[in-house]
Amino acid sequence: MPILKTKYGRRSFLKASALSGGGMMLGFSWLASCQPGGNHALSNIPKEWFDINAFLKIADNGLVTIISPNPEGGQNIKTGMPMIVAEELDVDWNDVTVEQAPLNTELYTRQFIGGSQAIRQGWNSLRMAGASARHMLREAAAQSWSVPVDEITTEAGVLKHPSSGKSAGYGEMAGAAANIPVPEEVKLKDINDFMIIGTSRKNVDGKKIVTGQPLFGIDTYVEGMLTAMIVHPPAFGMKLKSVDDTAVRSMPGIRDVFTLKVLQDDFERQHFDTCTFLEVVAIVGNSTWEVMKAKQAIEVQWEPFESYTEERTFYGGGKRTLTIPSGLENSSDHGTMMTREAAQSSTVVRKNGNPEMAFRNAARVIEKTYTAPFLAHNCMEPMNFFAHVTSEGAVVKGPLQKAELTEHTLSARLGLPLEKIDIQMTRLGGGYGRRSYAHWVTEAALISQKMNAPVKLVYSREDDMTGGIYRPAYQATYRAALDADNNLVGFHINAGGLSDSPLYANRFPAGAVDNYLAESWTLNSNITIGSFRAPRSNFIACAEQSFLDEVAEATGKDPIDFRLELLERAAINPVGENNDYDAARYAGVLELVREKSNWDQPSSGIHRGVSAYFCHNSYAAQVLDLTIEDGKPIIHNVCCAVDCGIVVNPDAASNLAEGAIVDGIGNALFGELTFKDGVPEKNNFHQYRMIRMSEAPRNIDIHFVDNGIDPTGLGEPTFPPAFGALANALYRASGERVYVQPFYGRGQQLDVRN
Amino acid sequence: MATFSLNVNGKKHQVDADPATPILWVLRDHLNLVGTKYGCGIAACGACTVHLDGVAVRSCQLPVSGVGDKTITTIEGLSEQGDHPVQKAWLEHDVPQCGYCQAGQIMSASALLESNPNPSDADIDAAMDGNICRCGTYTRIKAAIKTAASN
Repeated sequence: MPILKTKYGRRSFLKASALSGGGMMLGFSWLASCQPGGNHALSNIPKEWFDINAFLKIADNGLVTIISPNPEGGQNIKTGMPMIVAEELDVDWNDVTVEQAPLNTELYTRQFIGGSQAIRQGWNSLRMAGASARHMLREAAAQSWSVPVDEITTEAGVLKHPSSGKSAGYGEMAGAAANIPVPEEVKLKDINDFMIIGTSRKNVDGKKIVTGQPLFGIDTYVEGMLTAMIVHPPAFGMKLKSVDDTAVRSMPGIRDVFTLKVLQDDFERQHFDTCTFLEVVAIVGNSTWEVMKAKQAIEVQWEPFESYTEERTFYGGGKRTLTIPSGLENSSDHGTMMTREAAQSSTVVRKNGNPEMAFRNAARVIEKTYTAPFLAHNCMEPMNFFAHVTSEGAVVKGPLQKAELTEHTLSARLGLPLEKIDIQMTRLGGGYGRRSYAHWVTEAALISQKMNAPVKLVYSREDDMTGGIYRPAYQATYRAALDADNNLVGFHINAGGLSDSPLYANRFPAGAVDNYLAESWTLNSNITIGSFRAPRSNFIACAEQSFLDEVAEATGKDPIDFRLELLERAAINPVGENNDYDAARYAGVLELVREKSNWDQPSSGIHRGVSAYFCHNSYAAQVLDLTIEDGKPIIHNVCCAVDCGIVVNPDAASNLAEGAIVDGIGNALFGELTFKDGVPEKNNFHQYRMIRMSEAPRNIDIHFVDNGIDPTGLGEPTFPPAFGALANALYRASGERVYVQPFYGRGQQLDVRN
Repeated sequence: MATFSLNVNGKKHQVDADPATPILWVLRDHLNLVGTKYGCGIAACGACTVHLDGVAVRSCQLPVSGVGDKTITTIEGLSEQGDHPVQKAWLEHDVPQCGYCQAGQIMSASALLESNPNPSDADIDAAMDGNICRCGTYTRIKAAIKTAASN
């Protein structure tokens, strides 16, 4: 039984809950039982709640409220995190309700969506929150019954003293437990004793979602609230010149029109302070439709900007100066520019052995180049935020991924101390990285400050899609050197992009090839970029896994055998240092997917592709089956093996993995944003093709490796391999390799449906 | 501005609005029925789907002046207790991830089953292809529709 010091975020175990509005929340929190039909709580309204620590409170009748610290954007974290607390608390899940925490850096750490780290990094603190509360309840019972605490057991929310036969519900002891000192260390459950973790529990907000309750930021409404929209430049490389708002000011329902500067020139930008358009026009009115009409009528003049630089402190502390070049860029030029940059400006990031000699002496060299375009995130809920800024402070509410960082930006821009900024987190209608870059929170706050009123800022779909912060456009060239016996003796990757490099130099097959060279470059662009689900991996996994498939074929080996041979080499006698993957776990998912997909007994007429990748501390392998009918790929099945350690909520985890696979297939087939004279050539879903139901796989099987290892990432790791599995299956179907994303539907537009 | 009398979820409402205002914004801004979602504004994503006399329509393209005496049903009015067979099937399959598109998906699915109680896979695809789910829950949506059909 593991024992952990309660050192993680110890302040969060102090009893004085600082949750803002905690009392007000009680009125409805108990109505939202975790179980869709869990009405027994309704007939048993508690009279009093006791804050045990920042993660949970217990009512006098035994109901438990667990506070979920991280924002919910579809990962089902609002169910998963409380499950971990409930497990160690040893309570009946039917007695648990869940509340969303606001941003509170005093009580919680890392209230982020990003990097698939919430469960991995929250694992210990969530377990301790439950375990320390359980310990305090046992102490309270021991004191009450004058027996040793070691003799007190618990079961599903009931304290028991077996030898005397005494028992009490948690609710009866909660008041006393709240006064017990927080233990210095706590015993955690043995993972074999888990009753909740590892069992599927329904989404705690499921009922609210299917009945259309107001969960999302865009649903926010308060009395006297105004609606605002912005007008941003139509092209990258352009800035505001002048505004003629005379026609607009007199339009019905319009309250004000003004320009605003989102960030000040001397603001010290951090990693997520990307702001595409530094100055925008704000239109404020009584209702969305009135503001939309004004947006169409307003006349704004734009002009090209000059090149400029900005200093930025990146995640991990590195400070760099970025150059934002002038000019109106064209996607048709980007390929040539990237090829030239790769030839001229590559930097060696990793080198093992003597790759030059290996390629010189090779019996055969295979060289292939892969490219992928910019991608828009296209969250279904357009960017939006509520703000009410007064002299007393700022209250902002809405969907965002990195509230703690946003709070600092807001503080600097509004000139308000951090303690005067209250960030409330709503459910996100998708994030995928886009809502890490929260310039729209600052925009909403500045508009509210100017209007001296509560304001909801809403981006139109067109504003959202053409507003920048895209998945970068990438290019990678791979070379493989084979000796006369078809052994892979040299490997060379050269990768870069606009304006980020996708290279992970220490990832497979680094460590598995004696002579290895990895080079990187980046090319400046004024088309802004940002994190997009599994950043960099979402491109490089496809290039790498497509290339390995091609090399395997050249060597006459089965693609899974070929990868397993390389992984065996990396496990037994790794080349170089800092290889960032565990070769045995990597091989494990390949072996599992081989078994579960019946790889060795393929069905006739079905074309199969395999792919595997490691990212965000987890491993995923996929086999994708397709046929081509009427020139279109029909994806019959995707079999996916995942090693993410302990799975907290298996059905929800499967849902997340299934969605990532659909997302990967969709972006690989259709995802593309191109530019002409700086203007995005797509601005809404009639042009930007998203995967639809008829194009999604007909079946997806998710298989988790059961290894008892502490949980690792899940939201991202099944996304990157889907691209490669699809690419390799398309090759089997058509006999032609695909090197350029998107694979299908370039330039095609869907009819608008009504 | 003009006054319109609307029948939404079985209740009469008087609304003062520009006649061109899409019902989507009347629902969201005037009646505070925010379950119907804005996704694209051009009928290309399905997030705003409601029933007009029982037929699924994109409310972002339906002006308030075009409703007349037809009845509008939104996700809030699909059932009184949230127990419509489609809603129950959605919960059984734990369909949603982010959840933003799901009201539109449910309204499209419930209209489909109303007119075609036993849809084939192709029928489901045809009825649901106008609804984007960015999180990619399509396989669960289809499974839930089949469950609802069987109930």
